[in-house]
Amino acid sequence: MRRVVCLLAAVVVTGCSGGTAAVSSGPSGSFVLATTTSTQDSGLLDDLLPAFDEVSDCAVKTVAVGSGQAMKMGEKGDADVLLVHSPAAEQKFMAAGHGASREPVMHNDFVVVGPPADPAGLAGSAPGTAAAALKRIADRQAPFASRADDSGTHAKELALWKAAGVKPSGRWYVETGQGMGATLTIANQKQAYTLADRGTFLATKGLRTKVLFEDSADLRNDYHVIVVDHEGVNTGCATEFAGWVRQAPAQQLIAKYGEDRFGEPLFFADAGR
Amino acid sequence: MNPEPVHEVLARSATVSLSATVIASLIGIALGTLLALAKLPGRRLLTAVVNTGMAVPTVVVGLVVALLLWRSGPLGDLGLIYTVRGMIIAQVAIATPLITGITMAALQLLPPELPEQLRSLGANRLQLVARLWIEARLPLLAAAMAGFGHAISEVGSATLVGGNIHGQTQVMTTAIVENVSRGEFGVAVVYGAILLVLAFVVNGLLVSIQQRGASWARS
Repeated sequence: MRRVVCLLAAVVVTGCSGGTAAVSSGPSGSFVLATTTSTQDSGLLDDLLPAFDEVSDCAVKTVAVGSGQAMKMGEKGDADVLLVHSPAAEQKFMAAGHGASREPVMHNDFVVVGPPADPAGLAGSAPGTAAAALKRIADRQAPFASRADDSGTHAKELALWKAAGVKPSGRWYVETGQGMGATLTIANQKQAYTLADRGTFLATKGLRTKVLFEDSADLRNDYHVIVVDHEGVNTGCATEFAGWVRQAPAQQLIAKYGEDRFGEPLFFADAGR
Repeated sequence: MNPEPVHEVLARSATVSLSATVIASLIGIALGTLLALAKLPGRRLLTAVVNTGMAVPTVVVGLVVALLLWRSGPLGDLGLIYTVRGMIIAQVAIATPLITGITMAALQLLPPELPEQLRSLGANRLQLVARLWIEARLPLLAAAMAGFGHAISEVGSATLVGGNIHGQTQVMTTAIVENVSRGEFGVAVVYGAILLVLAFVVNGLLVSIQQRGASWARS
């Protein structure tokens, strides 16, 4: 009898949405997940978040921005949990005491994409480093589109230029100031090279640019989940999400995501590391 | 790709912009009336402020409202950032100057001897204002419609204050931007076409009301 009353109360309160969520007694309320545009533009979050919604009382609000802006939001307490891919900046963020925890979630890799004509001749180049590939682009002054938006991808690009010993500037170096999807589209229109995470490249429709350089160690792209340590953040929900995204069901969703649509997974699950 | 049906995004767009228009109309018509009729000390300055407000890019309004509403901002405790209510606040700030400005112009275009005549007929201040509003009802309606059009078509403040959160604050314009960035131009075009149809319907409504009002005035 008591159970029936409980269920009835749950139905009244939640309007019949998900019985398990209604009777669980975990943290609740809404929380802000600040994440990179790549997780949204690749469509991963559209698969992941409904699954979280089913098991949790926490209502997630996703804001897709660059990794840099996501960490700024964390610093100010405007976001509760971050899913970002900018390791050097993340370590600074943690060292400054802004984060309560930082754990690996998944990885994929960056690729250098460019026009099929490949004016810098990357496709034929012997296996080497991405930095060397970028140097070739700079040497030929072939058009290159940079996100220039303080995102994780932009940070990676700058690190590669530094490793290549190139200070990119000039008419061939185009700074878009936009997210990955938009930058890929601009690069496509301008027949320019660009550095992209593989997931967003595969998920962006209508591109005629191709992957011209891939599979080198300096192109690895790690994503971490960070629980923000700041007064006023919903730590309960943030911790629950950070834990959930590293558990088997979520990790399986991540590992499978994109296989049906793109013929290959876009991300590799990393929680076991 | 998009988890939310189009009609829900459209309904949210309409709800946000209609609520904002109603609130902005109440404020704007009152303020515009005051500026047109009352002999206020700072009237010129206020008029200049209203005119500037009509020309400010919506993304600037969005930035200011977002800075206020961010949790770390002065109004952060209200929890309005990334909510529909926050977006309504931003759109009220966008639509109010427009409605104020058009109201002011409409009332100033009425025959200048009208208020004098009404007063001599023994109208008190409230009756006078009510009568002027009735005289200017068509431009006042146009003011509200212009405010609605401005509010529903803008994307800058909707992105900054709303955050384009799927199922919560995504509206037509932010959905268009997101789909373009994914390279889903087809979906973006469909959303754009729906907005276009909506604008056409709203303006058609306005014209038909105006025609009816005009023929009523002639008879």
